[in-house]
Amino acid sequence: MASGTLALVILAIGVGTFLERLSFIHLSDRLVLPRVVRRGLHYVPAAVLAALVAPAVLRPETALALPPGNWRPVAAALAALVAWRSRNMLLTLAVGMGGLWLLDGLL
Amino acid sequence: MDTRKEPFWEGVRDVAPLLPGVFPFAVITGATALQAGLSPETVLGMAAGIFAGASQLATVQLLKAGAVPWVIVATALLINLRFVMYSASLAPHMAHVPTYRRWPLAYLLTDQAYALSMARFHHRPGEPAGHKSRYYAGTALTMWVSWMTGNLVGIGFGGRVPAALSLQFAIPLTFLALLVPLLRDRPTLMAAAVGGGVAVAGDGLPFNLGLVLGAGAGIAAALVTEALRPDAPAP
Repeated sequence: MASGTLALVILAIGVGTFLERLSFIHLSDRLVLPRVVRRGLHYVPAAVLAALVAPAVLRPETALALPPGNWRPVAAALAALVAWRSRNMLLTLAVGMGGLWLLDGLL
Repeated sequence: MDTRKEPFWEGVRDVAPLLPGVFPFAVITGATALQAGLSPETVLGMAAGIFAGASQLATVQLLKAGAVPWVIVATALLINLRFVMYSASLAPHMAHVPTYRRWPLAYLLTDQAYALSMARFHHRPGEPAGHKSRYYAGTALTMWVSWMTGNLVGIGFGGRVPAALSLQFAIPLTFLALLVPLLRDRPTLMAAAVGGGVAVAGDGLPFNLGLVLGAGAGIAAALVTEALRPDAPAP
């Protein structure tokens, strides 16, 4: 991507994110969201994060890739287990990255 | 001034235990962005201009994948839609703040500043309005300084990490660490399962449409699950 386009992309995200943060703080409580929208917003993080994680783990180079060619699914499963038990981001990163290095190096 | 009683410094003190979790996240964000080929100035511009880790990481991942600009912008703004929710529940506590000061306070809004402030407001319902906004400012400004410092450190060593170490894999791992604690009830599990499944199936589609479709399908699946079993117990 050209650097001018990249700057515009970052600017658009920055301004858009600021407007999301400002929305109700600026409007105060003059606006009330319908229930279905509020519930929908509640599930946005889980849906988007999963939609980002799954392809990056299962299709790192576009094509579907499973072990033994691609150890990312195994490393990610280990990391998910650690995240679930510990709720610790640093430990999750360490186990996931370490797992991938070990599996890539040994197998 | 007695700093033990000043709400701003109470905010600074309360956010301190969260910083060991925030700082590595900021370092990874700076380092992966630099490794993806962005200039140090661009990485810093992203950190200050967007100031939201998950969307910064998603932007880097999608840039690497060659996604078209509007998909990158839409994805980042979708990730940050949660700020609209936060904004709505913080609004009544900020109603006394003059408009020109609401803007910088809104810019500084993060998951951590929101969570700490709402917890404090909940436990001290009678607190004067001016104390509330000063407490919030203490948590939020500390987060900003930590985020920028962490990104700078990441820029410092990001260029020195060998490509063989697959540092980019840290991006989905970070998302995983953010995602797993959310999976506490059936509708949220459905949102993640359907969102991830559709995104994988649609990964080959042009313009990275699979991501947008996955997110939309995940949200719809969660709403349907919720409607079918309104009081389903958490698994």
